[in-house]
Amino acid sequence: MQLPPALRSRLVGAPGAAEPLPVERDPAAGAPPFHFAARRVRFPRDHEFFEDGDVQRHLYLQDVLTQVTEAPERPRRAFPSVHLLDTHILEWHDSLFQILSERQDMYQCLVEGCTEKFKTGKDRKDHLVRRHLYPADFRFDKPKKSRGPATPVATVQVLAEALGDDGEQSGGDAMEVCSEHAGPLPERVGERRTYSHRIPSTICFGQGASRGFKSTKKRKEHR
Amino acid sequence: MWSGRQGRLRPVGCVVEELRCRRREREAALRKARREQQLVSKRLLRDDVLEEVEGGCVAKILGEAEIQQFLRLAQRGTEEKERERALVSLRRGLQHPETQQTFIWLEGSIRTLVGLLTSSQALLQLEAARCLHELSHSEQSAVAEACLPATSYLLTYLSGHSSDFIELCLYTLGNLIVESEAVRRQLLPQGIVPALAACIQSPHLTVLEALGYALSQLLQAKEAPEMIIPSVLGSTLPQHILRLLQPGPKLNLGVAVEFAWCLHYIICSQVNNALLIYHGGLSTLGLLLLDVAGAVQRTEDAGLELLACPVLRCLSNLLTEAAVEVGGGPNQLEDERVVAALFILLQFFLQKQPSLLPEGLWLLNNLTANSSSFCTSLLSMDLIEPLLQLLPVSNVVSVLVLTVLCNVAEKGPAYCQHLWPGPLLPCLMGTLASSDTEVVGQSLELLQLLFLYRPEAVEAFLQQSGLQVLEQHQEEAQLQDRVRALQKTALHR
Repeated sequence: MQLPPALRSRLVGAPGAAEPLPVERDPAAGAPPFHFAARRVRFPRDHEFFEDGDVQRHLYLQDVLTQVTEAPERPRRAFPSVHLLDTHILEWHDSLFQILSERQDMYQCLVEGCTEKFKTGKDRKDHLVRRHLYPADFRFDKPKKSRGPATPVATVQVLAEALGDDGEQSGGDAMEVCSEHAGPLPERVGERRTYSHRIPSTICFGQGASRGFKSTKKRKEHR
Repeated sequence: MWSGRQGRLRPVGCVVEELRCRRREREAALRKARREQQLVSKRLLRDDVLEEVEGGCVAKILGEAEIQQFLRLAQRGTEEKERERALVSLRRGLQHPETQQTFIWLEGSIRTLVGLLTSSQALLQLEAARCLHELSHSEQSAVAEACLPATSYLLTYLSGHSSDFIELCLYTLGNLIVESEAVRRQLLPQGIVPALAACIQSPHLTVLEALGYALSQLLQAKEAPEMIIPSVLGSTLPQHILRLLQPGPKLNLGVAVEFAWCLHYIICSQVNNALLIYHGGLSTLGLLLLDVAGAVQRTEDAGLELLACPVLRCLSNLLTEAAVEVGGGPNQLEDERVVAALFILLQFFLQKQPSLLPEGLWLLNNLTANSSSFCTSLLSMDLIEPLLQLLPVSNVVSVLVLTVLCNVAEKGPAYCQHLWPGPLLPCLMGTLASSDTEVVGQSLELLQLLFLYRPEAVEAFLQQSGLQVLEQHQEEAQLQDRVRALQKTALHR
């Protein structure tokens, strides 16, 4: 298919269009026995017109992906989600929370985007199970055990249990999490940890760490 | 040349033929699956580096006792390294369907695995997640569905911190999503849409590609138009998807492919396309098309049609929305560079993927049907001849090319003046002689328009034995009325 040479330069030129030629229709056009009418066409999801492209899409998906890891260091910390951790810090370490919860519903739903709040942990758990189909033994919602005023050691234990440690010794990680929150608590209300994200440097179109097109060697066998 | 693939030495020719054969079989299976509305694909994430480190020897099938031992060690071992090794052994064994079956029927196995998934040790979490991922990829429903107790945790971890881990969770979720409607019925109330909407803000490309995959499978579900797409459209996902499709140096091909397909599934479901237009969808997709056409010219990368295809579909379908009919403004696509880009893509399809030509021509139809501007562009950019060069490809392509030409011709004398004299009439003589009724029918429509707006063409038609060509179809039921009308017109000159 021979394309006019000017086409490629048009592509990188300025946006816009030529002045359209005047339109002048004759009523006889497309009149019976003819029936042409210029029409935009729409295809729904399952139309067979899409069959070829859909098959190509799925052939692509079915290739085994391989991950080429660049970072030699595997992550040493294991945190549950920011949302959960914040919720925990708020609920477990905050005596002010305790006071407030006597007056209003303070246990917020753990599902991102759900704004429901409950009076007790148990009510919340029931909601999670009924509404969000969570498993009945979901681990991040253990009922609070009554302990004395929070001391660093006790706090560590309690948080470790909440993280579902199966009763084993909490590792250094849990200790690190808690040490930032030991001490008098009222100032801690509303504290949010911030986690920095590594922003990757600019990736050029056609290059980069995308796994779909990384292993071109493996691609070729399917061409 | 001998191929050393997988340690077996065979002539390259055999290997290539076998691969082609396997690909043909897979294609046939996929076509059948699509017709039965069962077209789903799971993705398996395996770490090349890991496999190398583990010595590349084939993992063996594990029996009940071995599985139990590994689970016990993983759960209660005293040394972290020992626990991790046990899980690694389990994970490697789970690459086998037999091990998977044994595993899921063992009492407490999934519960233990989920417990390890939620442990405070990152390496155990990762290995447990890898085990789940292997299970999720199984073709056996029972095996994949055994992972269901883990879904709430997988969703929770989407707002975690290790991008590798999030990626793994996403691919696992993606595999479970395609497993069955029952699984999706659980995931939706568990908050998968808001979880994805939060996770899509990640800067990590690997995470984004995985998310795009998972979301595309969710949107492809049979019940998606009623049960899933409305809540997706009600979230911030559409804006993020369009953001990730913005062309420019930061556009990542793998990520763009996934989200372009997401957008296609949303748009062709016709739930609320006006919303996407409102968010600048037409403009974003138009500019993206320009970018793809540019990339096609620069590189031999055969993967670009995977992006071109959904972008074309999105544009074509969006153009049919009422919101676009109202002239002018950002809701309109008025940039003739889109036509230039489309032709560059048509040429690319002709060489690399001819089966996509109909889709490209469908977009050309939707661009030109109601637009004097784009019809003029076809003429002013000398694109009629390249268009005619596509006629021999297939009957379907012929009909579409002729339809686009009709779009131009029906705009009147000023347009037909550029269609004749020229290569159009000789080509029409060819298509009129076709054995395909639809090709002939569309040729007759074009001929009528040409005779009407460019009467001088009739003489040329007669000189090229046009009447004899028409006579061939005099008895054809679907064609005879139009044939007679044209014969009459031609003879009355």
